[in-house]
Amino acid sequence: MDLLIHQVLSGLATGGIYASMALALVMIHQATHEINFAQGEMAMFATYLAWALLQAGLPYWVTFVLTTVVSFIAGVVIERVVIRPVENAPVLAVVTVFIGLLVIFNSVAGWVFSYTIQPFPSPFPEQPFFGNRYMSSHEIGSMGITLVLLLMLFVFFRYTPLGLAMRSAAQNPVSARLVGVRVGWMLALGWGLAAAIGAIAGMMVAPVVFLEPNMMGGVLLYAFAGALLGGIDNPGGAVVGGFIVGVLENVVGVYLGTELKHTVALVLIVSVLVVKPSGLFGKVHVSRV
Amino acid sequence: MSDILLQVRGLHAQYGQTKVLHGLDFDVKAGGITTILGANGAGKTTTLRAVCAMVKTQGQITLGGERIDGKATENIVRMGVAHVPDGRGTFLNFSVEENLRIGAYTRRDKAEVARDYERMYGYFPRLKERRKQQAGTLSGGEQQMLAVSRALMLRPRLLLLDEPSFGLAPLVVQEMFEIFKAINQADRIGMLLVEQNASLALKLADHAYLLETGKVVISGTSESIRNDESVRRSYLGY
Repeated sequence: MDLLIHQVLSGLATGGIYASMALALVMIHQATHEINFAQGEMAMFATYLAWALLQAGLPYWVTFVLTTVVSFIAGVVIERVVIRPVENAPVLAVVTVFIGLLVIFNSVAGWVFSYTIQPFPSPFPEQPFFGNRYMSSHEIGSMGITLVLLLMLFVFFRYTPLGLAMRSAAQNPVSARLVGVRVGWMLALGWGLAAAIGAIAGMMVAPVVFLEPNMMGGVLLYAFAGALLGGIDNPGGAVVGGFIVGVLENVVGVYLGTELKHTVALVLIVSVLVVKPSGLFGKVHVSRV
Repeated sequence: MSDILLQVRGLHAQYGQTKVLHGLDFDVKAGGITTILGANGAGKTTTLRAVCAMVKTQGQITLGGERIDGKATENIVRMGVAHVPDGRGTFLNFSVEENLRIGAYTRRDKAEVARDYERMYGYFPRLKERRKQQAGTLSGGEQQMLAVSRALMLRPRLLLLDEPSFGLAPLVVQEMFEIFKAINQADRIGMLLVEQNASLALKLADHAYLLETGKVVISGTSESIRNDESVRRSYLGY
């Protein structure tokens, strides 16, 4: 029983990271109806940037903020420069661009930072908080950061004019233009936010999986499973889905063997697509004509 | 010429290779209501879409003396052109309130915006009752009210109305047109109205243009067109 509780709790901690990545995927999907396969590699690259800054002697939290801001800007630039030209291109062309980005980030990271596995520090103390037996302080800390991040995003999209404008651009670009929303920039902002979220997720997961160019491959797979499970068109659902996948992955890893960890995600993806393609919380759109 | 709000000269428009408008000239006076009439496919909706750059155009369009042709849709909107489009353009997943909020997105005068919400709820009390409701669940008439309110939240100088009577019960249409009249008189908002219902439109508008396959065939004051028996019979069918 103790083992199960322990696994569920640490599953929630990694689940938080999957939830953030799932949210990044959903944000881009809502605006463009495509899955950004490069999301994970962008996060990995951002984590390397953080690592380089730390090597240069910057304090952790300065690095954290700097990396997040730089990733945001990079996300905006990537949308403007690379994605914008294929905005109206067929889906396959866009997917090709995404995969191209994935390969570029992966190999540039390997070329610049080498494929050697590096340790990445956690900002949280090594001793568990309050001497508890269930969760390490990194698990608690990263979960806390994830929750704060999700709360900030919720408030931003729900209550600020810019958040509303971004939602309007994703939902109905033509109407959004007719109320004066600069739709192109809203898409770029979406990319910036997704990249920043990814960077935070990368910095939180790196102390666990260690830093190397392929570190986000598994994370992105779980995040995608989580997003699908929760409903690819529902940000809240994707977050819940991410947490569920995190717990499931951990529990299965312990009771059925770690070899099956990745399989869980794939089985989940296939089952959701077959049984309930809209996911657990996928919105049923109501409209009258 | 300061009493002309919108001046359109030699307007051509096309979808891909298909030319839809062939050199239209028309005006909307400051504080005036102009209507564009015509059969299905004459180019009425396209004319409205052309004014706010939602379709490829040639020709000269000026708003209050300033050229707006060639500008992006969102910039034309920011100059004070609100459009109630064909199909209403409602944000179906937004609540009624959020639809009004996004309508005022470009405005910075918060206190005035707050007053305008109440004004819209005053024109359309039904919307107030359904403030928190998802817009997609509203009836057709309510959605039309919402579309008009959303457009007015911009505090436009020019309001483009694309068949506001479409699919509505006659009583609701009456009510809607009375509100247009009231808004026009209270705020001197210029209106460009496209309608299938010619008799209704001619009652509201001061000037009318009749379109046939992308050209203006007859124009004049609403009164002169209303009183011209042959025009009425051959073009307006009533």
